[in-house]
Amino acid sequence: MQNNVLDYLNESLNRVPTKIAYADDEVQLTFSDVKNIMDSVGTGLINKGCKREPVIVFMKKSPNTIATFFGVINAGCYYVPIDSEMPATRINLILDNCKPRVIICDDSTVEIAKGFDYKADIVLFSDIVNTKPDYDALALVRKKAIDTDPIYIVFTSGSTGVPKGVCACHRSVIDYIEQLSETLGFNEDTIFGNQTPLYFDACLKELYPTLKFGATTYLIPHSYFMFPVKLVEYINEHNINTVCWVVSALTMISAFATFDTVKPTTLRTIAFGSEVFPIKQFRLWREACPEAKFFNLYGPTEGTGMCCYYPVTREFADDEVIPVGFPFKNTEILLLKDDNTLAADGEQGEICIRGTSVTLGYYNNPEKTSEAYVQNPLNTAYPEIIYRTGDMGHINEYGELVFHSRKDFQIKHMGHRIELGEIEANVNLVPEIKLSGCIYAKEQGKIVLYYVGDITEGDLIKALKTKLPRYMLPNKVNRLEEMPFTANGKIDRVRLTQMFESR
Amino acid sequence: MAPMGDGLREHGVLGGRYDNKEEKMEELLEILGDLHPEVDFTTAKDLVTGGILDSFDIVSLISEINEEFDITIGAAELTPENFASAETIYALIKAKLDDED
Repeated sequence: MQNNVLDYLNESLNRVPTKIAYADDEVQLTFSDVKNIMDSVGTGLINKGCKREPVIVFMKKSPNTIATFFGVINAGCYYVPIDSEMPATRINLILDNCKPRVIICDDSTVEIAKGFDYKADIVLFSDIVNTKPDYDALALVRKKAIDTDPIYIVFTSGSTGVPKGVCACHRSVIDYIEQLSETLGFNEDTIFGNQTPLYFDACLKELYPTLKFGATTYLIPHSYFMFPVKLVEYINEHNINTVCWVVSALTMISAFATFDTVKPTTLRTIAFGSEVFPIKQFRLWREACPEAKFFNLYGPTEGTGMCCYYPVTREFADDEVIPVGFPFKNTEILLLKDDNTLAADGEQGEICIRGTSVTLGYYNNPEKTSEAYVQNPLNTAYPEIIYRTGDMGHINEYGELVFHSRKDFQIKHMGHRIELGEIEANVNLVPEIKLSGCIYAKEQGKIVLYYVGDITEGDLIKALKTKLPRYMLPNKVNRLEEMPFTANGKIDRVRLTQMFESR
Repeated sequence: MAPMGDGLREHGVLGGRYDNKEEKMEELLEILGDLHPEVDFTTAKDLVTGGILDSFDIVSLISEINEEFDITIGAAELTPENFASAETIYALIKAKLDDED
């Protein structure tokens, strides 16, 4: 039985060693290149004494970064991707949480890493990749591997201002990759066009199926997502047939009437998720790609990526919401009401995930872990952890799961999951700030911040840039003389929303 | 008020409000400043290559320009060159407005 994600590489390596596995505009790696890098990086880490511990990978988005992830796993460790777009404050919080001994950098990040408050052994990719592989040592690590050991930690927004590190193991990733591949029909001819960053779980969809099938993934340069005609031309030129993108990347193309100029001719599988796909935009896509299959995907990072899918086949009215559909095989969705009993069909409940896909928990954070990873309340007979997503949903007349809303102040913005509380916590760290309140204007897709304090909007944004990643920066910032409060003394978000709407 | 029945003209969007370059430019700078209050858009010439604008911004930028100037910037006009600076964006807006006259 496969108990290590890297076993996926074995067959592909035998069958198609010289085929391109991962490529961008600068670097192309074949499957045998991936194997060589993974063995050198793995050996380098073993030589440093690394063993079942987090290793930070701080490199720009590149095929080399992916191979380095595998190198970390190859040493029996788990990778923690961070990115130069992450502000220093956030990176420091992540380092404090993981306490890594080693940070692997490339030329573009090494100087930044040297400036971190947290001190670790900084290793250059260009050095460690030249390590002579010690195949005996690597084989020994592989032999001792346990499939419930972690392979990565990715950080997600935390409402108190401290990001939470979701930690996943071999077994849940293997389960996810098997179910996703079967459902979406990946195979050796699949050519992925990757959009999502490497520092979230979203990229698992391309990274591991590529290993498993001997497929190919193109990392599409970020700048193409500003220029839709160039983007579609890129897809056609590279014969990309499969994309798993956030909705906003797809609607950016359709909303600018790109299809009047150029149509994607090679796409056959279009999966999207993380946000609601406006039906009008969806129709434009279906007209432009009549041969493609469309899938709505849903799932939290804590459920190893996606846990539900919906093949969009029937017609939807303009104001309808595309369901999130059905759980993948080997996953169950429980809809739990406030009293921890199951919601009846049509009734709302919190979406809870049961099965192998539930990740290990938040790294070094037992408190937050125990709030969301809980004993299945329907099972009192033996220990069984389910994950409570905080998402509310119901089962519709067709037996499909429909996402309804959040229980708290978490939002989805441009495909990113964000706690408004984390933004406020960071705003409140700015010395001049007295009070702040954040809302999300859903229709315009804007994070709106109101604050009281002796600082201009521009200076506040400048200060926030050192603390928050770009996708969490407020899109509208408004200074107030006084903050509105509710009767019981909380910041009145309803009033703030009204203020924004009537501006 | 423009003598046309067109609702947009009645609101002054196409009419007197934007008769000169300074006013249009000012409006554009306001839209850009709303997106990034920390950037001086009168001098920045590398909005795309310098990573000031990214895909998060471009959608709201275009929709606000379209709305404010009542034009439709299409996919073909979305090029790195057209969005390099406030000046080049202004030139694009002006070309669209002239086209529609």
